[in-house]
Amino acid sequence: MIAEAGHFALALALFVALAQGVLGLYGAQRGDKAIMGAASGAGVALMLLTCLALASLTYSYVISDFSLVNVATNSHSAKPMLYKISGVWGNHEGSLMLWVTILAVFGAAVVLSGRNLPPHLKARVIGVQGLVALSFLAFILFTSNPFERLARPPLDGNGLNPLLQDPGLAFHPPFLYLGYVGFSIAFSFAIAALIEGRVDAAWARWVRPWTLAAWVFLTLGIGLGSWWAYYELGWGGWWYWDPVENASFMPWLAGTALLHSAIVVEKRDALKSWTILLAILTFSLSLLGTFLVRSGVITSVHSFASDPGRGLFILAMLTAVAGGSLMLYAIRAPSLKAGGLFAPVSREGGLMFNNLIMSTAAGSVLLGTLYPLFVDALGGGKVSVGPPFFNSVFIPLMIPMIAAMAVGPMLTWKRGDLVGVLLRLKFVLAASLVFAGLVWISTGGRIGDLAAIGGMALAAWLFFGSLWELGERALLFKAPWAEASKRLRQIPLAAWGMTVAHAGVALVIVGIVGSSTWMEEHIQNMKIGETVRLRDADVKLDSAQEVPGPNYNALQGNFVFSRDGKEFLRLSPERRQYRMPPRPTTETAIQSTFLGDYYTVISDPAPGGGYVTRFYWQPMIPWLWTGILVMTLGGLISLFDRRHRVGVPQGKRRP
Amino acid sequence: MKSRLAYLLPVLIFVGLLGFFFKGLFLDPKAIPSVLIDKPVPNIDLAALPGRGDTGLKSEHLKGQVSLVNIFGSWCVACVAEHPYLMKIKAEGSVPIMGIDWRDDPKAGMAWLQKHGDPYERVGADPAPGHASVDFGVTGAPESFVVDRDGRIRYKHVGIIDDRVWKQTLLPIIKELQK
Amino acid sequence: MKRLMLALMALAICSPALAVDPGEMLKDPALEARARDVGAELRCVVCQNQSIDDSDADLAKDLRQIVRERITAGDSNDQVKQYLVDRYGDYVLLRPPFNAKTVLLWLGPLGFAIAAFFIGRAYYRRQKQEAVALSPLSAQESAEIDRLMKDRN
Repeated sequence: MIAEAGHFALALALFVALAQGVLGLYGAQRGDKAIMGAASGAGVALMLLTCLALASLTYSYVISDFSLVNVATNSHSAKPMLYKISGVWGNHEGSLMLWVTILAVFGAAVVLSGRNLPPHLKARVIGVQGLVALSFLAFILFTSNPFERLARPPLDGNGLNPLLQDPGLAFHPPFLYLGYVGFSIAFSFAIAALIEGRVDAAWARWVRPWTLAAWVFLTLGIGLGSWWAYYELGWGGWWYWDPVENASFMPWLAGTALLHSAIVVEKRDALKSWTILLAILTFSLSLLGTFLVRSGVITSVHSFASDPGRGLFILAMLTAVAGGSLMLYAIRAPSLKAGGLFAPVSREGGLMFNNLIMSTAAGSVLLGTLYPLFVDALGGGKVSVGPPFFNSVFIPLMIPMIAAMAVGPMLTWKRGDLVGVLLRLKFVLAASLVFAGLVWISTGGRIGDLAAIGGMALAAWLFFGSLWELGERALLFKAPWAEASKRLRQIPLAAWGMTVAHAGVALVIVGIVGSSTWMEEHIQNMKIGETVRLRDADVKLDSAQEVPGPNYNALQGNFVFSRDGKEFLRLSPERRQYRMPPRPTTETAIQSTFLGDYYTVISDPAPGGGYVTRFYWQPMIPWLWTGILVMTLGGLISLFDRRHRVGVPQGKRRP
Repeated sequence: MKSRLAYLLPVLIFVGLLGFFFKGLFLDPKAIPSVLIDKPVPNIDLAALPGRGDTGLKSEHLKGQVSLVNIFGSWCVACVAEHPYLMKIKAEGSVPIMGIDWRDDPKAGMAWLQKHGDPYERVGADPAPGHASVDFGVTGAPESFVVDRDGRIRYKHVGIIDDRVWKQTLLPIIKELQK
Repeated sequence: MKRLMLALMALAICSPALAVDPGEMLKDPALEARARDVGAELRCVVCQNQSIDDSDADLAKDLRQIVRERITAGDSNDQVKQYLVDRYGDYVLLRPPFNAKTVLLWLGPLGFAIAAFFIGRAYYRRQKQEAVALSPLSAQESAEIDRLMKDRN
């Protein structure tokens, strides 16, 4: 019954979304307040209906209603409650439900928060949101119905892939979708602006917080996925340039560019058509990711059961959404008036530099991801494009980018003084070189490490440079402390956010460079009582025993770490054998320290009475995760800037 | 006018991509074409399965007649499904089938043949790491190769041979080569 | 249904796990390190998008062993890769070789970067033209204005 109610709500939502789209766009065209009001009402109704449908599906999972195909294939009665719930979006149909629900919630948020938006702009935004929701709802109802019943319900379900039964992965998809869908708001604003033929600072002030929020979610979502891969897969890596990872990374790159170009629109009324294009591309890349993952066009280690029929439907959606909006762009964008002027060396110039590099990076990732498809479609057979390609393309692009990130924020608007800024950064340069030198000496001073040392210097340059910029703003070393602290408090949150986020990027670089350069790996057979040297520790396999779990059996190894004969750490990784579906997983045991992670894995018993064990010393990896968190924190701080607060009349204050 | 064209560029690129995506829906990204087509069979010299009575499988056994080389293993679930059809091909006598018992204990392979029937003219044992099978570019079992009289590989089929595959694809190729 | 079965089978043999096993590692650490370098660049042909070092598929294990045999037999890293390319095609290389088929792949990013440069340059040039058309300020005047603007900041 509950499931039927959900199904009904979903079907009703389809019509409501259609009404929302048509009424919003038509009402705005006519300038009819009543029609526009009806579109707003539809937006709220859509949210309620999709929430109802998602709730009923979740309910079916919670009570393990195996008469639903979706529940029977993806859940199991013995699964812990958290994973019963996360199982809702751990599959194709359910994840689309979550997606469309978030879309409707965001749409309703525009309805409810956008009181001082110009009514016609608001109606158009809501209308576009309605049309996007319509296409997703049609996709769900016609090809991927989660409420399909089974004639003969099985006694128990198939279970969820145990690799996915993990807190990191339980929350990874929702954050990703919050990110993707958040970008749909920027997209809708872009379409509305194209229809009206008007982009101004007020428009950018509306788009920025939504973009920022989407960016924060997406950053967190990608970070969670990466973190999960790191501790769950048990081979010490955290990024594989897999097509599915790329599918989330491309919107991130484009979204990061959008975030920066929207600043130029807001402050200087320039880069307008470019920003509109980025808004369209960012959301289109999110949809493209969906297409790639769910159509089976590109092979990947991740997979939703793919289906060409669904692929065709998503392709049609992609054509309508991306193709239609790019067409609209081609027609309307040329009439957008160019705005404020600026020189290449200026704050705007720096932001534009960021944009060009981010776009080049996104284009390169897209090229690498799709290239096997291109060659195959042209009859050229199969080629593989793997991590070595992406690394060799991506790193050279990021070097000028990072170098410029410390300089850009210090340039003045319109026309900056590059030499002056570089002179002001002389202490930062010196500090980064000293830092890099210290790292080099402390890691043994090998010539082969010099590239990595360069990376460390770059990270330090960005980190110190970001802090220096903030210090200069506050006249930290020039004015008396009382004055400086007063100035520090007056610095707008958006500027704090930038500093924090950029510093986060620096931490991420330290993590990437450190872990890829100085990682230590030991793979061996170990008997009970044997010891292996890992970096500065003697690791002894103290004992190993069987441990029962709720829906698995585990082999647990207990490792004792000691330094100079003194025990300082115990780690107990597990090798789990899940019962339903029968699948082994590794549960790593990791201890993070300031300089890196001790990472242990135990595998099956080896012939001859020992166990296969793996130890890693993962240097600087905690900095990577911290850096991602710091980046999102920066985004959040910026989001709380009063100029970004949705619904608050904009202040006159300038940074 | 020139600048208006620049604004058209994104949508043009997108339309180009769409063409590829559409084509991609009907391609199988997992199908890997063999690079050995029209090349001589690799140089192999495989021991016989214990108690089968043949002398194993060597490259020269694949010359002088058109043959079908079939990769199987006692561990392979799909091979059980394919096996009855191989028995039928043998009964028809249209082409000799040569077996390669891949990544298998030769004894287990022999026992498996005794249980499910033996459609092969000759069988070579290729225990792990399966050098001969890797030389054939094998990615899984079952896989089958059509080899012509000169000992060249002419066609590779990945997966189970069933009635459709046999009648529509393999048999016509074999008939053509036997002319 | 058949599709689903195949997908499940593929998953079953391709669950990412501890791949490189101590039993298969070479005694000589230098040779083993080379084997790891080669293995990381070879694609497990059964499991999509994993290197043979990262995959616990049986075939990946075999290929790891064959890589080690070739290295022990004195092959260079490139010869080992070529050995597998001869059998499986360029498909096994995670770093695609530079040839007619991949020229656009390898030059593409460079092309994007060059295009980005020209887009940026065109933007500033057009801006300059418009600026000249709009504001008949002399260079001196605009420099003066810039100076004043800077002081204000």
